[in-house]
Amino acid sequence: MFGQRVSLAIAEADPQKGLKRRWRLGERFIEGWIFLAGLLTVVILLGIIILLVKEGVPIFFHTSPWEFFFGTKWYPVSDPPTFGIMPFFVATLWVTIVATAMAVPIGIGCAAYLSEVASSKVRETLKPIIELLAGIPSVVMGFIGLMLLSPLVQSAFNLNTGLCGLSAGIMLALMSLPIIVSVSEDALQAVPDEFRQASYALGATKWETIRHVCIPGAFSGITAAVMLGVGRAIGETMTVLMIAGGALAVPVSPTDPMMPMTAAIASGIGNAVRGGLQYQALFAIGLILFIITLTVNLISDKVLERQKRKFAR
Amino acid sequence: MKMSSVLLNSKSVNQSNAKLKTEAVNLYYGSFQALRNISLEISERAITSIIGPSGCGKSSFLRLFNRMNDLITGARVEGRVEIDAISIYDKTIDVTELRKRVGMVFQKPNPFPMSIFENVAFGPRRHGKKNLGELEDIVERSLHQAALWDEVNDKLSQSALALSGGQQQRLCIARVLAVEPEVILMDEPCSALDPVATLKIEELMRSLAENYTIVIVTHNMQQAARVSDLAAFFMMEEDRAGALVEYGLTSELFTNPKDKRTEDYITGRFG
Amino acid sequence: MAIRTTASRQLSQRAAFGLLSVSAILVVVPVIVIILLFVINGSGAISWEFLTQDPSQAGKAGGIFPAIVGTFFLMLGTIVFALPLGVMAGIYLTEYAKENWLTRSINLAIVNLAGVPSIVYGLFGLGVFVMLFNFGMSLLSASLTLACQALAMTVTTSREAILSVPKEYREGSLAIGVTRWQTIRHLVLPQALPGIITGAVLAMSRAAGETAPILIVGAAFLLPGLPQSPFDQFMALPYHLYTVAAHVPGMPKSTIWGVALVLLAVVLSFNILATIIRLKARRRRLNA
Repeated sequence: MFGQRVSLAIAEADPQKGLKRRWRLGERFIEGWIFLAGLLTVVILLGIIILLVKEGVPIFFHTSPWEFFFGTKWYPVSDPPTFGIMPFFVATLWVTIVATAMAVPIGIGCAAYLSEVASSKVRETLKPIIELLAGIPSVVMGFIGLMLLSPLVQSAFNLNTGLCGLSAGIMLALMSLPIIVSVSEDALQAVPDEFRQASYALGATKWETIRHVCIPGAFSGITAAVMLGVGRAIGETMTVLMIAGGALAVPVSPTDPMMPMTAAIASGIGNAVRGGLQYQALFAIGLILFIITLTVNLISDKVLERQKRKFAR
Repeated sequence: MKMSSVLLNSKSVNQSNAKLKTEAVNLYYGSFQALRNISLEISERAITSIIGPSGCGKSSFLRLFNRMNDLITGARVEGRVEIDAISIYDKTIDVTELRKRVGMVFQKPNPFPMSIFENVAFGPRRHGKKNLGELEDIVERSLHQAALWDEVNDKLSQSALALSGGQQQRLCIARVLAVEPEVILMDEPCSALDPVATLKIEELMRSLAENYTIVIVTHNMQQAARVSDLAAFFMMEEDRAGALVEYGLTSELFTNPKDKRTEDYITGRFG
Repeated sequence: MAIRTTASRQLSQRAAFGLLSVSAILVVVPVIVIILLFVINGSGAISWEFLTQDPSQAGKAGGIFPAIVGTFFLMLGTIVFALPLGVMAGIYLTEYAKENWLTRSINLAIVNLAGVPSIVYGLFGLGVFVMLFNFGMSLLSASLTLACQALAMTVTTSREAILSVPKEYREGSLAIGVTRWQTIRHLVLPQALPGIITGAVLAMSRAAGETAPILIVGAAFLLPGLPQSPFDQFMALPYHLYTVAAHVPGMPKSTIWGVALVLLAVVLSFNILATIIRLKARRRRLNA
């Protein structure tokens, strides 16, 4: 009788018979940290944006945006100081154009070769070599450009110095090649084989198939590859710092010595008084650089997504 | 479907021995209704089979009982699902505890990439058992219950992935037994196995039914007839929602079905 | 009736293929040339003294030991911050995140962070770690800056490694009453470990070669001693190379080649290590 009452009482106290929710505090704690870690990337990105804006925008109270973007004189230590970034912007433009003009045709051609023409043995040998190229640090490429390339350019074009946009552009081309080749090759591989078969069945040669079926089919992927390569060239610092020449005048030809935006920031920030005008101006350049590379990367990401969707079955 | 057609003999039973129960349950995946108005009671310590043509929601029904449907985004359950008269979709229920009591064996054997011993010891270890002696006892007991001990006791430290399909499935059953469940759900456990392995598992099921409540989904009618005490026949309606057509003793369902659709399915007119 | 493609079409094909192979050659030959030049010019400078002594005569003689040590400290510092956070973020994205705007933002942030120029990371490190947190120009600031840069990579490789663990394992674990975190910790993570480690090694290799961020945030050319605490400044191979190549007049050429060769060797050996880990893990998975 008493036993019955006890078990009834127990049953009433725990109507769910042990299935009630457990607290598991230790796990909740860890899962909380996991969630925070997930947020971290967003936090850092926002932090970069906020910092660049906070430190860079104040320059526009001193120099109007128009003067800043289109001014051609960068004299941070003169009295009064002037901050015009045209020399840097045009320099970035020049080295990017040189790099892209060389890297895009060679890169796409190499990708087409690897994807469509090369035997698998050749492909397996070449791909690691290209990955090796991707792994060479930019300061080493800058060193090579300095030691080997610029004397060649100097004598070939009869210049005062081989440290110019052309040399920098050539080294940048080498640095962009791996990503252009890799993404383009993926894009070509993604073109379904049925398209190739159909082309051969109509009597086309292999080259005609590559030219009229594969490459157009991989077009968005190849575009994305080019954009990624361009983004890489724009954002590269050490190579251009060491080889592009560092001159402050607006460069008129690729063989002029010049200072792209990345190099401008790197060389100036050491001397700039923290919080001073030059400091702000350099952060403003950083902001512009960030916006440009962000836009290029976002567009190429969208393009890559579109290519994936195109061939998804 | 009315429950009046359920006639249970002395072994099975009356209402209070219903181990699992659903009352007017609807299951939705997003806007798609997978199950409509299912009301069913599963008896304790019996083997109940869920049969019907493919796509009629049998697996989804099974997964109601261990809430594995929760893992699918957009899955929503209306109605009441009970184990031991406790509503398991209540917000105060601990899903992990539920899944300890209601274990599941899957269609394709899925042993962990570890040794046989570690596979079976995985559950108990996570539930706090550290003592090696205790774990060894549990592993041995579970492998015996799963009729696998004789075949593997000399290679417990070998990878579970090296076992044959039938052995792997029995290992998965041992893994479930090691956490001492009350109910074992089996989702077409033999469909990936050869006939010999299948028969071994069917024997195993019968021995397990003395201590556990077993619910098995199977598309193999002969298996249902061989193995189960009770059978529930599901079918897909026009809007592709699954519904319960008939439920009763296996022997009666197969020899004297009350619904014409059941009869058509059993005699092979469709399926 | 002869069935052949016309001679001109065959000719165009051959010319085109010739051009394509030339492109491939143009990509591959410079790499080989560079490696050869390094071996020829740099190995002369490498000696035991070079690797273990401090620099003397303003860097023109002696060794580069402190720079090597500094680089290893940097690699370690980077991975100590970037790996745990990257793995946790990867776990969040694969196991816990629902499909909503927050998850989309996180994925977008990762893609964007991967494309931010390294000099901008340097500015970020300067503003946040050096100034705001007041860590000053130090090993700590530099490691944190490089870790921010590495995070996009560690998150992505961790996420891929975790995704590659078959979901049947997770189902089997959850179905016997094991919690989600326990499933991750005892089943998923051990399986994903090779991929995670490969990503970590690659991130370390990249950190070893980065110059622009550390240029702004703490690297120095000649320091009297090794850093005694994370708050000290430090020497590092990439910065050392940059300085001796571009800013020290009268630097013996072989020394510059030597520094470059050591840096290249460190970076490439970690790349090769990562590849080896990846291949071994793949072979083990195929044999299991």
